[in-house]
Amino acid sequence: MIPTQAPAPDGEPVLEVVGAGKTFAGVHALRDVSLSLRPGEVHALIGENGAGKSTLIKVMTGVHRPDTGTVTLAGRTVAFTTPLEAQAAGISTIYQEVNLIPLMSVARNLFLGREPRRFGVVDTRAMNRQAAQILRGYGVESDVSRPLHTLGLGAQQMVALARAVRIDARVVIMDEPTSSLEPREVETLFSVIRDLRSKGVAVVYVSHRLDELYAICDRVTVMRDGAVVHTGELAGLERLKLISLMLGREMSEVRREGATAFAADGHDRQEDQPILEARDLAVRHKVNGVSLSIRPGEVVGLGGLLGSGRSETAKAVVGAIATEGGTVSVAGTAMTRRSPAAAIRAGVVMLAEDRKAEGIIPSLSVRENIVLAALPRLSRGGIVSTARQDEVVTYFMERLGIKASGPEQRVSDLSGGNQQKVLLARWLCMNPKVLLLDEPTRGIDVGAKAEVQSLVDELAREGLGVLLISSELEELIEGSDRVVVLKDGAVVGHLEGDGVTEQALLAALASSGADGADGDVPGADGDVSGADGDASRAEETR
Amino acid sequence: MSSTAVRDQAGPKTPGPDGTGRGERLAALVQKRGAPIVLLVVVVVASIASPGFADWANVSGVLGGNAFVWLLALGMTFVITTGGIDLSVGSMYALGGVLAADGSRAGSWAAVLLPLAVGAAWGTVQGMLVARARMAPFIVSLAGLLGVRGVLQAITNEGSTTYLVPAGSWARKLGEGTWTPVLIVAALFVLGGLLLTRTRFGATLTAIGGNENAAVLMGLPVARAKVYVYVLSGSLAGLAGALGGLRLGSGVTTIGVGYELTAIASVVIGGTLLTGGYGTVGGTVCGVLLLAVLHNLIDHYFSSYGSAFTDAVNGAFLALVVLSQTLLGRARHVE
Amino acid sequence: MSATTVSGRLPQKARVLKDIQNYGVYLALVVLIVVAVALNTSFLSASNLRVQLFQLSPTLLVALGMALVIGTEGIDLSVGATIALSAAVLPLYLGYGLGAALALALLIGAVAGAIGGSMVAFARVQPIVATLSLMIGLRGVAELINGDAAKPVTAQSLLSLGGNSAAGVPWMAWVAIVAAAVVAVVMRRTTFGRQLVAIGDNRQAARLAGLPVRRVLVTVYVISGILAALAGVLVVGHGAEADPANQGLNMELDAITAVVVGGTPLSGGRVRVLGTVAGALFMQLISAVLTQHDVHTSYTQIIEAAIICGAVYVSRERGSR
Repeated sequence: MIPTQAPAPDGEPVLEVVGAGKTFAGVHALRDVSLSLRPGEVHALIGENGAGKSTLIKVMTGVHRPDTGTVTLAGRTVAFTTPLEAQAAGISTIYQEVNLIPLMSVARNLFLGREPRRFGVVDTRAMNRQAAQILRGYGVESDVSRPLHTLGLGAQQMVALARAVRIDARVVIMDEPTSSLEPREVETLFSVIRDLRSKGVAVVYVSHRLDELYAICDRVTVMRDGAVVHTGELAGLERLKLISLMLGREMSEVRREGATAFAADGHDRQEDQPILEARDLAVRHKVNGVSLSIRPGEVVGLGGLLGSGRSETAKAVVGAIATEGGTVSVAGTAMTRRSPAAAIRAGVVMLAEDRKAEGIIPSLSVRENIVLAALPRLSRGGIVSTARQDEVVTYFMERLGIKASGPEQRVSDLSGGNQQKVLLARWLCMNPKVLLLDEPTRGIDVGAKAEVQSLVDELAREGLGVLLISSELEELIEGSDRVVVLKDGAVVGHLEGDGVTEQALLAALASSGADGADGDVPGADGDVSGADGDASRAEETR
Repeated sequence: MSSTAVRDQAGPKTPGPDGTGRGERLAALVQKRGAPIVLLVVVVVASIASPGFADWANVSGVLGGNAFVWLLALGMTFVITTGGIDLSVGSMYALGGVLAADGSRAGSWAAVLLPLAVGAAWGTVQGMLVARARMAPFIVSLAGLLGVRGVLQAITNEGSTTYLVPAGSWARKLGEGTWTPVLIVAALFVLGGLLLTRTRFGATLTAIGGNENAAVLMGLPVARAKVYVYVLSGSLAGLAGALGGLRLGSGVTTIGVGYELTAIASVVIGGTLLTGGYGTVGGTVCGVLLLAVLHNLIDHYFSSYGSAFTDAVNGAFLALVVLSQTLLGRARHVE
Repeated sequence: MSATTVSGRLPQKARVLKDIQNYGVYLALVVLIVVAVALNTSFLSASNLRVQLFQLSPTLLVALGMALVIGTEGIDLSVGATIALSAAVLPLYLGYGLGAALALALLIGAVAGAIGGSMVAFARVQPIVATLSLMIGLRGVAELINGDAAKPVTAQSLLSLGGNSAAGVPWMAWVAIVAAAVVAVVMRRTTFGRQLVAIGDNRQAARLAGLPVRRVLVTVYVISGILAALAGVLVVGHGAEADPANQGLNMELDAITAVVVGGTPLSGGRVRVLGTVAGALFMQLISAVLTQHDVHTSYTQIIEAAIICGAVYVSRERGSR
């Protein structure tokens, strides 16, 4: 039941955001953002984490109200206060996670809140008939009276799509709609999108999969740090250019040596035997056969755009998420039990990306957070030895320069940087062999960032194997001895030695499809003045 | 409009990412149809093996004597479907009986309407605390369990005053015999079943229990429905108590202790998920009947043990059902 | 957005509520005692206080276990039934001496707790649901074991445990005081105590930090079961009879009330042992004061219900996390 109103006159935008600004607790999430959607266009919205995409979407769908600026729908200024109002006005959204009711029937999910009624009660037969008919258009041909959860995730996503589009939609916003779809389901989605386009509906398409963007989108808006950095036709825009825009690198920009606190020279590897070796790790929908190895005294960078499976790879290594396959061995010994506790016992620890949800224990003190994992080692007969504990806490608070009013202070009252140092201390006091760092400097202030970076350097020099995940090119390039580049859950490039340059990394990220998996980026010789040459060579590798 | 079809993946050939294998579908069937099947088996076996079980005297005793209490389970079905719980219904049942007896002196209408109104009023309070103040249903209704019984004690001067229903009141007829109670309760269950499965309100309740965030995003009136569900539960408990009191001819202050637990057990045994998101009135009917029949059999064969045996059986049943529900639920969520 | 650090400053209203949660129970206790003494000078008499301690001790024991369970973001509804079970088992083995009977009762409590805890930790059943089925079932089992009528208990050792005093303080109260001290030390000084709070506060982070989440959860419920069984022993000793049909009835509610009034949030991550003691004392004294001044039990009950609601409202999770 795709709406059939005539497309608006060409050029007149159906939805327009002008000069939108939004501040959360003093932090600019959106700065003077403008976006204009024409009827019948598929508009890609891209940007790294924290770029402001989701805030912009929430402004358009009535979840947030902008502090400044206006939203105009078909020439009329609107101020939605709830998602419901936005829906009623013809703006519907499909979220990355399927937001439906798992135990309800497919048909009920489709019609929830607007069921066809007869004599005051829901006309189940008519509802099922209509639902079957609608869903057939989306390639879902199962029994609509079955509970939703019995469908595959892809089919569920299609139901969500059908539900969203069924409202007389003028704008459909799709937030990473393909993250749980199989390739053939992506095809179905695309044909639905084409259909919407032909009916004059504007589609906002958020995805990190560049191949998809080029396949379906007409125009693109790139966001970074809460602002729009580029809007234009997608055709003719090079991949490399697109990625540079997202990551904030101009092609001609030379590498700024020393922008980070990492030492300029690499680390001397003390041994050649890897301390950690992961083979063919697979996580459903996220990681597809990633192998990597880390030697003692080496910092291995894990690069890739958002959604490339970096965090999932790290989590799979320490057994924090279920894997579908793959092996991990530490110092040559294969790990049979896969759990965070087992990994810690083996000397492999992970600093999780989400500090708040997966790191700190907010109501406990700095001291208790630091020794949390080490407690059994600091206890005798289950009683914590205060002396040994204080020794450890004092040592690490000093060494990492943790600024707190004292070890008694609640960790949730600390700044982000100090919280991060507390978590680092938690792991370092375990005497790990391998440290996996997932975005260790995200959201912390400049000073703390430099301290964390030089600490990583120092640790590697002391013989620790480090895996560094970072969205910041500088950090990744200057901090790592080698970089493994991921894309769509697979390794698409290895950068080694002098080849560890921003240009080479960008080129690897821009390589199309996963078929470049074994394509070590050639010719990236790290010549500081050779940026142009690198770019042209990177072109060839596409 | 599309060339490729996304077929669901439940066929035996492709077990599918959602893992709807044959084993799990069997398990799901057991969960949904388990209560009626067990009920049928128990009734058939008991009718054959136990002389006197199928006699009308026994059957009418089981039905007439218990029917009104089953209304608590009906209300509880709605509450649990939203993922909530209402522990106050046992106390409200007792209060309903006393209010009915008290009110009957002012007229037969008062005997029915007064308890109904008080039940609805308390339900509103609970609903507001749960939906607006966002307090845990368990705690709110726990306070209700204590507070409502306190009110009951206050009205009856600590149980020393007994209100009798006047012999001439037509309201007494509502509770008499077997058929009147059974028909009243059956009618309410049918209405309840329609409400849950065939109305937008029912769909909203299920949606809230299934995924409250999604329900909000879909624009459903979540907070309002949550208030209504406690109003419904409170009203049904008040009404049930009133009818029970009219049947007995007086308000009994000591009645109703632990009834909320039996109601919860019946609902869950009937197949409604305690975590919310799936509720079945038909299942609750089977659940209450199953427990009533078991109770009856235990009374007959193990009368020396009294209600203890019933409690043990109830608990074991509940644990079994809850465990299987959780394990089934997990099988569903592990991709 | 993720960069924002939560500053220590809370809005005025939230701060007031937080202070009430943290210190309200002590203040309320002081006010209550002052009022009680003002109304009746014999309130502080040794005999009256002893009576209060007899009634308080079993509730406090159960509340201590409940506080630990609630600290893990759980709840244990089975404690009242465990008291009944302990009461049912005790008379059967008193012939072998108090020590043997006590050990067996505590073992039964531990098993009951282990069942509930395993359902929570391994089968991942919601705590309220898992322990609800035990609450219904265990009392039935207890009554089956005991038979119809209450059994009188004559073993002198048990009776003196339940009725006698040492240094003017009932033995029962000594048991409760020691238990409270032990729990306080466990929470402050042991690995287990730290892990418990961490699991209740942020289970995912605790799991990623390699904590033995399941083992801690099961242990917590086992402790709660043991403390409830111990309370059952005291109840039997004090009442000189084993009456599983009535003993421990509503005890889970009293225990939860004491914990919540004591300022432990139901959302887990925090265990206030001293607060729990104060909460149990407050609830005991308020009902004593009301009863002594001829307020009907009905109003007492209504007031208690209001106190529970108020305490939960004050301590309910606020937006900050």
